[in-house]
Amino acid sequence: MKKMNNKERTFALMTIPILILFFAFNTLPLIKGFVYSFTNFKGYGTYDYVGLRNYMDLFTDGRVGNSYLFTIKFAILTTIVVNVISLILALALNSKIKFKSALRGAYFIPNILGALVVGYIFNYFFTYIVPAVIDMMGGKGTSILASTKWAWIAIVIVCAWQAVAMNTIIYISGLQTVPEDVYEAGAIDGATGWQRFKHLTFPLIIPFFSINMVLCVKNFLMVFDQIVALTKGGPAQSTESISYLIYNNGMSGGQFGFQSANAVLFFIIIVLFSVAQLTITGKKEEQL
Amino acid sequence: MEEKIKVKEKFNIPVTILLFLGLITIAFPLYMTIVIAFKQPSEMTNSISGILSLPKHWSFSNFAEAMRVTDFWRSLLNSVLITAVTVVLSVVLHSMIGYAVGRNKARKKWYNLVYMYVVSGMFVPFAILMMPLVKQTAQMGIANIFGVILCYVVFYMPMNLMLYSGYLVNIPIALEEAARIDGATTFRTFWKVIFPIMKPMHATVAVITALSVWNDVMTPLVIMSGSGINTLPLAQMSFQTQFGTNYNLAFASYLLALLPILIFYIVCQKQILNGVVNGAVK
Repeated sequence: MKKMNNKERTFALMTIPILILFFAFNTLPLIKGFVYSFTNFKGYGTYDYVGLRNYMDLFTDGRVGNSYLFTIKFAILTTIVVNVISLILALALNSKIKFKSALRGAYFIPNILGALVVGYIFNYFFTYIVPAVIDMMGGKGTSILASTKWAWIAIVIVCAWQAVAMNTIIYISGLQTVPEDVYEAGAIDGATGWQRFKHLTFPLIIPFFSINMVLCVKNFLMVFDQIVALTKGGPAQSTESISYLIYNNGMSGGQFGFQSANAVLFFIIIVLFSVAQLTITGKKEEQL
Repeated sequence: MEEKIKVKEKFNIPVTILLFLGLITIAFPLYMTIVIAFKQPSEMTNSISGILSLPKHWSFSNFAEAMRVTDFWRSLLNSVLITAVTVVLSVVLHSMIGYAVGRNKARKKWYNLVYMYVVSGMFVPFAILMMPLVKQTAQMGIANIFGVILCYVVFYMPMNLMLYSGYLVNIPIALEEAARIDGATTFRTFWKVIFPIMKPMHATVAVITALSVWNDVMTPLVIMSGSGINTLPLAQMSFQTQFGTNYNLAFASYLLALLPILIFYIVCQKQILNGVVNGAVK
């Protein structure tokens, strides 16, 4: 009995200090953020509780509305682009090609590079190289980063350039779980090409598809580094992501309380997106 | 049968060629970075060929200047320190809580609650923690490298706890019982028996944590803002104004910032790929 108690105590001792650390740097700031969201705190000085006013203001604030529209539009398009490209790339990299491991290794490089530095490099690419190429072809080249209409596409391209690497690797590991005899059985039934992919390959890698969807949507909703490096939210706030707006106005714009409310809303949206995705993909997996 | 195998072993040459062509999309930005980093501003005429041609002299002067301007060695040291300490602490602390929680959560409600509580931390975006954390670390006097490391150890805990306690399912409980019969305490059993067996998972955790920490900008940006302490990526941001329109200097600095991780990747490519896949798929 004594021994048993000792064991229990050790397990508790291994858990509780780490749990306190987790509470102090995750749950506590989360609660504080929630509390600040009911205040008019500027980030300094004194503040008053203002009830739900910040939350009401969120829905009438044009800048906040735009940042949600941009971020969600951006996240959806980038998720689609990334998953289509990486599925094709994974199928190619999983087929019987030469230099297989070297090619796989090379295609993964963008994933290990820091997003901020990659963003700065692409900033130059969109500002100088692309317009110069258009000029050379007889057009009048301007930077798409300066266009309120197209700057967000540049961010899609840069994020996709990096994210494709990760998703491809996950799809490849999914494709490797598909046993060869599935294809052989399919070949007997005359399944080839698109038919084979649609009815045999894809259903078998749906778990990997869900991993990629969840990874993508969550990461893209939180986009920050690429915005800093490419547009700083511009031009005319057309590429201001939610994280960037919270950072910018909350930390130095005197809107600590208001942006805390924005962050709470953002948190709820992330949870809703994740839960919705997990339920939808969970159902799909069950059907199989 | 023999013939069938032979047919199968035939390489798909068109796909191989297409894949090599596709590599241009990856190689081009890197090529651009390298040639611009080695050139002098006078060589950068406004035409494409001026920008993208190979430099006339491969001079390292931009790199020397970039190192001086961005205090490269200091930033590199900070990045290495933050990454290394975070990885070590994560492997030790997260495997410890992973063991305690993983071994008990099936039997005890309390541990199951702890598991759910920590893992649900995965959904908390940094944006909501950011502002309170800045206040908190400042009040605690840890608005510095130490504070950043503590934040990371907490941020990666949900993911790592899930990985470790998931891996524990593969380790037979008989091993621990044997150790206990030999008179080892629970902690000794963890440290001498379980911790070494978890080695493959340590590799996965180390790779994922290291890559994320090394490339992260937001946490050090907000926690250490105003302290003048830079990490390697953060320095690229802090010195944007100093680079001005001297893109050659800027690109030399970018290349220096990318180089350590590129070298690391070339050396441990296999471990990194395995680690990343394990972490995502498990």
